[in-house]
Amino acid sequence: MYKKLTFYDLQKINKRKTIILILFFILIAGIMGFLIDNLFLGFPEYIKFPFLTTFAVFLSAFQSFISYMYGDKIVLKSLRARPANPKIFEEKQLINIVEEMKIASGLPMPKIYIIESDIPNAFATGRDPEHSSVAVTRGLMKLLNREEMQGVIGHEMAHIKNRDILTMTVAATLLGIIVLLSDLASRGLRWGGGSRRRDMGKGSGSAIVLIFLILLAILSPIIARLISLAISRSREYLADATSAELTRNPLALAKALEKLALNQTGKPIGNKAVSHMCIVSPLRSSLMEKENFWANLWSTHPPIQKRIFYLKRMAHAA
Amino acid sequence: MVTLSIIVGVILFLIIFAIGIYNSLVRERMQVKNAWSQIDVQLKRRHDLIPNLVEAVKGYMKYEKETLTQVIEARAKAVSARDKGDLKEIGKAEGELSGFLGRLFALFENYPELKANQNVMMLQEELINTENRIAFSRQFYNDMVMKYNTSIQVFPKNIIAGIFGFKPFDFLVIEKPEEKEPPRVDLNV
Repeated sequence: MYKKLTFYDLQKINKRKTIILILFFILIAGIMGFLIDNLFLGFPEYIKFPFLTTFAVFLSAFQSFISYMYGDKIVLKSLRARPANPKIFEEKQLINIVEEMKIASGLPMPKIYIIESDIPNAFATGRDPEHSSVAVTRGLMKLLNREEMQGVIGHEMAHIKNRDILTMTVAATLLGIIVLLSDLASRGLRWGGGSRRRDMGKGSGSAIVLIFLILLAILSPIIARLISLAISRSREYLADATSAELTRNPLALAKALEKLALNQTGKPIGNKAVSHMCIVSPLRSSLMEKENFWANLWSTHPPIQKRIFYLKRMAHAA
Repeated sequence: MVTLSIIVGVILFLIIFAIGIYNSLVRERMQVKNAWSQIDVQLKRRHDLIPNLVEAVKGYMKYEKETLTQVIEARAKAVSARDKGDLKEIGKAEGELSGFLGRLFALFENYPELKANQNVMMLQEELINTENRIAFSRQFYNDMVMKYNTSIQVFPKNIIAGIFGFKPFDFLVIEKPEEKEPPRVDLNV
């Protein structure tokens, strides 16, 4: 017999997981910045300022800010999403379901979009609850019944409620900083910066430091990407748990996920920018069902079977 | 001099602390009231939709006069309960109304012409939607009440709540008369 796990427990666990991951992320970015600015460039006496790190932070933050503010419009446009039409029965039903979840969550009403694609999927976007949108594909509307759709919309509203766009923007910023720093480091290593030669030429450990820097430059972007994916997965579990809180019907979402797992064929709607806000990963659909550790490591979403397992536990605990 | 400033500092800290608690209690009470007005909007919406539905299906369902009358009567009771604003009475009347509506929806199955009628289908969807909205706004209301009621009972918030007279709110319980299990409406539309 398992210990009872309510949606409150699962929310707490996954919120904590995100915080730990982000702190770890900041730590890595900090160490990277420190090492590169200190060892590699060295503080010239007249600057006394972590120049490269500051540069990386600002550039990455700027990129993230743009995508944070305008990402939703770009994504909706690129997927040719159109607003739902309340005169058509199926779309009116979708609007009604979103309205129900809006009431259950106490959030403002998001805009609702339809994407004419047969691949069943849905995502949420928008920088904050006041500017949020939910988009659903035609394939999803055909596949799910009303209750299951409610579970999926609950999951998307949960992404909005938990401020996951913001969370993932923070993760993307940190990732960007690390990638930029390692890029700068590897460029510098190739060309051989003057200050490095001056600082390191004296020490006997210079070769070791050099190897260490090369390793750091190669590995840190990979590690950073893995952390950002781990954050995304923790937000998926959290959104499932929040959906269960909203609908009080985790089994309907489990049912929807089962159907989704069986119907991810054909060309995915594939848009990297929203993959972490989708109900199931729109990329690499073939990897999704594998419980394979390696595949899971590189996915924005946890394996569907595992999500279903936790949803059923929540139903059991209620 | 030092002791005096420590005492003043402590008192100042306590006052700021108390203000913080007071404000949070006011905020939570506001949330409960907002949540209640949400329910009220949904109840009104349901009461407004029912006559339309009855009107639309009357022609098809000549042999179901009894059920239709029951729905109309239950609606009248729910309307008057809502006007009075007594939570227990509202819960009872709305529960009954839900029960009769569920029965009516179940009867729809016997009338294929009804299911083919776009207008009726829309109305049915609107009513299912309203049922759900009531259920979810009630859930949200009860969650807010739970949060608020807990706040005014736990230490040290209960002191501030006692001084300023923060009263607990009642939960809204909608009880269905006979069946505990809500009548299943075919949602696969």
